[in-house]
Amino acid sequence: MRQILTVANKEFHDGLRNRWLISITLIFALLSIGLTYFGAAASGAVGVASLSTTVASLASLAVFLIPLIALLLSYDSFVGEQESGTLLLLLTYPISKSQLLLGKFIGQGSIIALATVLGFGSSAVLLYFQLGDIEVLTSFSIFIFSAILLGLSFTAISYLISLSVSEKSKAAGFALITWFLFALAFDLALLALLVGVEDGISQNGLTQLMMLNPADIFRLVNLSGLDSSDVNGALAVAINASLSQAQLFTALIAWVALPLTIAIFIFKRKTL
Amino acid sequence: MNTPLVSLIDAGKSYQDLDALKSVTMYLNQGEVMGLFGHNGAGKTTMMKLILGVISPSRGKVEVMGMAPDSKAAWHSRTKVGYLPENVSFYEQLTGLEVLSYFAKLKGFTKGRAKKQAIDLLEQVGITHAMKRPVKTYSKGMRQRLGLAQAFIGEPKLLLLDEPTVGLDPMATRDFYQTVDQLKSNGSSIILCSHVLPGVEQHIDRAMILSTGQLLAMGTLAELRQQAALPVAIKPSGLNGSLANDSRLNGFLTANCPETLLVPEQEKLSVLRQLLSHEGLDDLHVEAANLEQVYQHFLSLHEKQHELSLHGKQDESGERKS
Repeated sequence: MRQILTVANKEFHDGLRNRWLISITLIFALLSIGLTYFGAAASGAVGVASLSTTVASLASLAVFLIPLIALLLSYDSFVGEQESGTLLLLLTYPISKSQLLLGKFIGQGSIIALATVLGFGSSAVLLYFQLGDIEVLTSFSIFIFSAILLGLSFTAISYLISLSVSEKSKAAGFALITWFLFALAFDLALLALLVGVEDGISQNGLTQLMMLNPADIFRLVNLSGLDSSDVNGALAVAINASLSQAQLFTALIAWVALPLTIAIFIFKRKTL
Repeated sequence: MNTPLVSLIDAGKSYQDLDALKSVTMYLNQGEVMGLFGHNGAGKTTMMKLILGVISPSRGKVEVMGMAPDSKAAWHSRTKVGYLPENVSFYEQLTGLEVLSYFAKLKGFTKGRAKKQAIDLLEQVGITHAMKRPVKTYSKGMRQRLGLAQAFIGEPKLLLLDEPTVGLDPMATRDFYQTVDQLKSNGSSIILCSHVLPGVEQHIDRAMILSTGQLLAMGTLAELRQQAALPVAIKPSGLNGSLANDSRLNGFLTANCPETLLVPEQEKLSVLRQLLSHEGLDDLHVEAANLEQVYQHFLSLHEKQHELSLHGKQDESGERKS
């Protein structure tokens, strides 16, 4: 346990030193405050928009940003240390591969989690003071918690990439492809399936397919509670057959635990 | 004391179709310094990785401090092993002190003691002045010293150093060998892995020569010299060419160095006596074969054998065809 914390501490401080924490927090804060204030601009008014509009636009923003940031933050975690030779050195130390991996995960995960809480929390506080509605806090805590899980999920996925390749540049390429697949291509494919194939897929089947993408689970978690007027595309269909919040969170947690377990498995079998 | 600290018994490692290390048997006793020599790809690093327990042997047995180094049981003894990898660049954005404290903590030091240990070691390798600067500002020599400091964490019982003097200036190299001698007298065993370097001879007890995964020779320097049967070079001066006329000595002269006698070890004394009887002699220089020559000898011998065996095979197949 001590070894895990030592590694986590080091990774967390790396994140502070590289200005990762501060820049992610700023990006989240600026975008979310901006959306909170100007989200209603499309309807001709400047000022705080309704809660559901804000959360809907925040969620559609976060679903692109968070996976990208998580992948950028961690794609070189292992392949980078392998290239510089410190990975081999660390493995001669009294630390097991799973301890090293979990330590990195806790350290980098904390950076993402903290940035999410601070960045999106700021607009939650702002909105709470403007609207004075306690519902703001509940919707935002669901939003922030699921955003953290989404970030952790893509951190674990980027470890999979980092452990499977032997060059940093390859890892970067695969990270980009992964992001493209999960954040963009998957939804387009679903939409094509819905529109192109008549009676091809039921609402239930669609929702189940969406469980294959953590980004879509995140969207379902945050949009299912809202008016479907703010939501469009494949999601609107899926929401009607929605699963319970608890089921969705379980699926999201599985998307953290599963890639992490596979990453440990790959690391254990990796020879240096 | 009687059980060796490290033992390899017919240990080897293969990757798919490549034999990185064929069967090697060796022992390393406590307080012994072993030099491990070979060119690139000779299997030096593979052997070190086997001893470190980072990889498992494909055949044979490896034991370090009485345990298989890749087993869970050997976990604890890892705090007593120091390793300097051949190519390592530490976390560029951290300072030297932070890098060393991190590694000390991973070796089981508590936070405060890790820092103290780090400061002591940085002083020992002579980069105290730069310990608060990020590693990315370090020169090659300073990086190497940081790597050495890292290997010295926790007074290791067993040290494996891969090319430890690369990038070090002569002063730092001298300091390094002093540290080696000191660790040795404290009972640490050290494996020094290197291309043959001048100056390494007087600090090692035994040498191993590896080539293409095969152990070519192992023993003390004297033993290796004897095995190699390399001649001693004797350079007399003041004789003004009278050597060529001495029937007992001119046989040892070679064409390309007319003033130097190359004499087999066992005839050294009789040749010296003969030389001393020459009246003009005003100085003598006797030089035994150095490690580099011994190394070259074993390597070229190995190559010749290799070629011979290849030719043998070709001849056989040629005969079969005819």
